[in-house]
Amino acid sequence: MQSTDTHLNANHARKFSRRERSATLAFWAFVAPMVIGLTVFTLIPIVWGFLLSLSHAQNTIHVGHFIGLANYQDLLTDEQFLRSLWTVVIFALFIVPLTYVVSLSLALLVNRVGWGRPFFRTVFFLPSAVSYVVASLIWRVSLFNGLPFGFANKVISAFGVGPIAWIGTVNPPWYWLVLVTARLWLQVGFYMIIFLAGLQEIPRSVYEAAAVDGADRGWAVLRHITLPQLRNTSISVLLLNLIAAFQAFDEFYNILGGSGASVGNTALARPPLVYLYGLALSDQDFGRGTAGAFILTMLIFAVTLIQGRILGFGQAD
Amino acid sequence: MLTGCGRSPNGSGGRVTLTHWYHQYGETGTQDAVVRYAQEYTKLHPDVDVQVVWVPGDYHTKLATALLTSGGPDIFESQLSVPMVTAEQVVPLDDLFTPETRRDFSERDLASNSVNGKIYGIKMLDDTGVLYYRKSLLDTAGLQPPTTMDGLIDAAKKLTSSTRKGLFLGNDGGISALLTIGPWSAGSDFLVGDKIVFDNPRTVAFYDKLRALNDAGALLIGAPTDWWDPSALTQGLTVMQWGGLWAFPAIHKALGDDVGGMGWPAFDEGGKPVTFLGGWSAMVNAQSRHIEEAKRYVKWLWIDNKKIQQDWCLSYGFHVPPRISAARSAAPLRAPLPALAMKNLEVYGRFLPPAWNSAMNTALTDAVTNILKQGRPAADEIHAAAKKCERELKRLLE
Repeated sequence: MQSTDTHLNANHARKFSRRERSATLAFWAFVAPMVIGLTVFTLIPIVWGFLLSLSHAQNTIHVGHFIGLANYQDLLTDEQFLRSLWTVVIFALFIVPLTYVVSLSLALLVNRVGWGRPFFRTVFFLPSAVSYVVASLIWRVSLFNGLPFGFANKVISAFGVGPIAWIGTVNPPWYWLVLVTARLWLQVGFYMIIFLAGLQEIPRSVYEAAAVDGADRGWAVLRHITLPQLRNTSISVLLLNLIAAFQAFDEFYNILGGSGASVGNTALARPPLVYLYGLALSDQDFGRGTAGAFILTMLIFAVTLIQGRILGFGQAD
Repeated sequence: MLTGCGRSPNGSGGRVTLTHWYHQYGETGTQDAVVRYAQEYTKLHPDVDVQVVWVPGDYHTKLATALLTSGGPDIFESQLSVPMVTAEQVVPLDDLFTPETRRDFSERDLASNSVNGKIYGIKMLDDTGVLYYRKSLLDTAGLQPPTTMDGLIDAAKKLTSSTRKGLFLGNDGGISALLTIGPWSAGSDFLVGDKIVFDNPRTVAFYDKLRALNDAGALLIGAPTDWWDPSALTQGLTVMQWGGLWAFPAIHKALGDDVGGMGWPAFDEGGKPVTFLGGWSAMVNAQSRHIEEAKRYVKWLWIDNKKIQQDWCLSYGFHVPPRISAARSAAPLRAPLPALAMKNLEVYGRFLPPAWNSAMNTALTDAVTNILKQGRPAADEIHAAAKKCERELKRLLE
């Protein structure tokens, strides 16, 4: 009996170990490409980049000529770089709340539409599929050109206002209108979809209970039921939006400068990525370029952390 | 896009394939032309294939990245910078010139391609600037082509009407188009030897005057195209425009003889007219495995072959062939306006030396933007920009 037991156990163990081995194999077969990809395309570049940020790397990506924190020191005392950080903060102050309000309003409207909801959802989402570069060119060349026949100038001429050079004008700084509306148009549909998903998660019973308790269907319901129920969605939208704002490049590069345009306007509003692009790719100064990228990453990290703390991201409802 | 060129009949060993990079030229026919030149070379040297790579988009970034690796092109076109030499990305090409061919290139074309007395690039085409104006509209306003900056501001104001502006200098009000041209016209300079020299009252005076021009309401701002495109002039949005000689065929086609041209006027009696020397140069990658073959090919293409240089500069676009004898014998350059532009280039042409980099350019551009757009004091801005440029230069020459 015992021998049969031992035999069965050994058999079982063999089977188990074969199954375990094949499970391990399957695990690595599925996970290895991701781990290799992550190592080759993310981890090594981050470590390499960090070493470069400590090096004098002019026209080379070889690490070796270490200069300590000189690149960081240089950038943190560089007025242009500091101004670029300030620029992106101003941009975030405009674009984040505006995107939040507009995309939430659109989501509420589309959610209430009884007929043709998929149509409106699609129409508002469509701009998200447009390239930032293409949209920037349309904004610069067509909508907001400074000629009397530009779209924006045609609109204001109906109110008796003369043509405005939207992009080059500093007093008042109309170029912010061009930059902010371009991104607003491009991203509002995407965040609207996220809000719509959030709205559809709210149980109808909550609204019914509110109606029974005598709450109006208007402002009170929005303030006391819809917005609190959307808290986590709102926080995600704000965080994603803020990170995207700090990474701004395309519309600044293409509306204020970029190929086919004079670069004199880029100084009006140059976000850090545009400045670092010039340092690293035009001047091939990879030391300062990567140092700047790490400073920006730390800044995004800090702001996200503070925002998450203030808004209570991840806390139980 | 890769375009391979003909193989030799026997396809035997010992063959060399050279890779030659160009940025994407806008003019129709340029890509076919460079492939044809490469094929011609292979016909004469059956053991050498030349693979032409036509690079669309951000050429400088792609080239700079390729030069960091061992897989870069053997021959490429670019503008020479000091770090390219210190990072040993390019090889000296002095030995490709004979005394006679060397004399046939202008000193400027050689100097703009030299670092520490060695030549690293062979000029493939020269570009230069022209202040175009509509003769008939100046006549109607009773104006002569302006000869000073004050005269230009005055003319721009008088030529401005409700439907068109007097002058177009680019959509940033001339910040980038005149960044260096302007102070040169006042007798100032930027980088001489290893010294930053633009922090002086003449530079400040020019940028102050450029602000006055911007405030005069006579500049076209916000046009769909920028200063290097002739559309603003040909579509009647402006009466005068700073542009390139390359735009002359399109301007001549649209306006016929109703167009005149000149260099950028002298700032005042103490200044002098000026224009820029731009263009592209061919260089040989120091990491190439076929440096000698690449040098021989570059010599054949851009030093010896005057016919190809004329074809390249004048059959598709409108540029000046760098070899003086090739430029002088080219028929299209004998028309009055191109002839004048060429003369201006010879007498007044200026360029920034290879040690001037884009960080310096950005510092100066920002200063001028602050002067023009934010109304900050020009002397302070220029002083701060010069300090920053000095730091950048020190870094570069370390």
